[in-house]
Amino acid sequence: MQKIEAIIQPFKLEPVKEALHAISVQGMTVTEVKGFGRQKGIREVYRGMEYQVDFLPKVKIEIVAADDKVKDIIATIIEQARTGRIGDGKIFVYPVGEVIRIRTGETGESAV
Amino acid sequence: MMNQADTAFVLVSAALVMLMTPGLALFYGGMVRSKNVLATLMENFILLGVMGLLWALWGYSLAFGPDLGHFIGNLDYLGLRGVGAEPFKTYSETIPHQTFMIYQAMFAIITPALITGAFAERLKFSTFLVFMILWATLVYCPVAHWVWGDGGWLKGLGALDFAGGTVVHINAGIAALAAALVVGPRRGYGAEPMIPHNLGLTVLGAGLLWFGWFGFNAGSALAAGALASSAFTATHLATCAATLAWVATEWIVRGKPTTLGAASGAVAGLVAVTPAAGFVGPMSAILIGLGAGVLCYLVVLAKPKLGYDDSLDVVGVHGVGGLWGALATGLFASKLVNPAGADGLFFGNPSLLFTQVIAVAATLAYSFVLSYLLFKILDATMGLRVTPEEEMAGLDLSEHQEAGYNL
Repeated sequence: MQKIEAIIQPFKLEPVKEALHAISVQGMTVTEVKGFGRQKGIREVYRGMEYQVDFLPKVKIEIVAADDKVKDIIATIIEQARTGRIGDGKIFVYPVGEVIRIRTGETGESAV
Repeated sequence: MMNQADTAFVLVSAALVMLMTPGLALFYGGMVRSKNVLATLMENFILLGVMGLLWALWGYSLAFGPDLGHFIGNLDYLGLRGVGAEPFKTYSETIPHQTFMIYQAMFAIITPALITGAFAERLKFSTFLVFMILWATLVYCPVAHWVWGDGGWLKGLGALDFAGGTVVHINAGIAALAAALVVGPRRGYGAEPMIPHNLGLTVLGAGLLWFGWFGFNAGSALAAGALASSAFTATHLATCAATLAWVATEWIVRGKPTTLGAASGAVAGLVAVTPAAGFVGPMSAILIGLGAGVLCYLVVLAKPKLGYDDSLDVVGVHGVGGLWGALATGLFASKLVNPAGADGLFFGNPSLLFTQVIAVAATLAYSFVLSYLLFKILDATMGLRVTPEEEMAGLDLSEHQEAGYNL
């Protein structure tokens, strides 16, 4: 089992979610986050005063999946979230030690 | 002769002006950081209570009571004694004295509220309350008496101020400058971003101000008739023009038309047309609005170079807008619009402009000196600012033990 953590542009959440549904991904956790990468921040102007805003809003998607599904999920996220411009985000993949469904106590892949 | 239409009109106008204070609270509340939103709303909303009572207990008497030395009203109307159904003929023969009083009460509420934008995000609430009570008593009431009160010295000179350009906006605008100078900038001002946290509130607030301002300006005719209609029209047209002028100027200067610019331009236009509303025609009103939009934007743009932290631009919008409006009244006023007024420079009478300059200068000087002294005295006695830790945590938590947004 692996955990896929993708940081994407907020407006790409909807197409990514739909495409993941289409390949039968069962669940995900979504968080609104802020940060910066190579894109750096943006400038905002209020009443003529310019401010450098370093942290940009992004969306973080977390999905835990069986090993054989991981490649598909990553490909789907890239396909949907990519604009080709700087700021599209990143995907991180981690091994998962254990998964437990709280309601039934099931563990391992059947709990994913 | 009492007139029911006039009475109804002025009472409704009073209710409209009352709504301006919550409108102003939203206008300001959207521009501060989220940790100070409630404190900013509170500094405005609480004045409905404080100034409302102050006005009934002694404020009205000091402003509109029988004249003492052309400077202030006496104490005859203390606690609204004798302020009842009988018209106060000096101001209006067709509405009850009490109607006039409660209409004026709403002006006494919004004027001090305007100043709160200058010291937003850092003033102690207790000091704020004491300052406002003293300022209303020692600054607002006398200046209102000078300009509007029977026997007031500026009224005697023939200075024109239809709905409060001098009494309300210049008065509050220059007090705001004193506040910004004595209170000092917000911690981190200029170094860290201090970004408006919710401009939606600000735009809604500007809309409520625009709406309420019809009561402020048209209501100042104190009668439901042609003069009210003329003031209403002038108010609207000047505001339309100022909204467009501010946005157009920033579009040219900075490349983008902003929402905050549209909201700010509207308020600048409302401020500028306030003294002129009942004395100028529709085309003059448009010129006044255009001037306000451009001028106020340029002053706000120059603020960072001037070094003081007038956080929400009370000086730039109300001070400068009020100044322009008062002087523009001396340019554009016409007896064809209001026979009880006077002709301005463009209608063949240069002396009115001179009188307006005196009224403006006197208000600027008096209000600035007293406001400055009040803040200095309070600084030495109660202390003006919250502690650095409290300021970092935000006033919502440190002064009111609340949070604006619980998610």
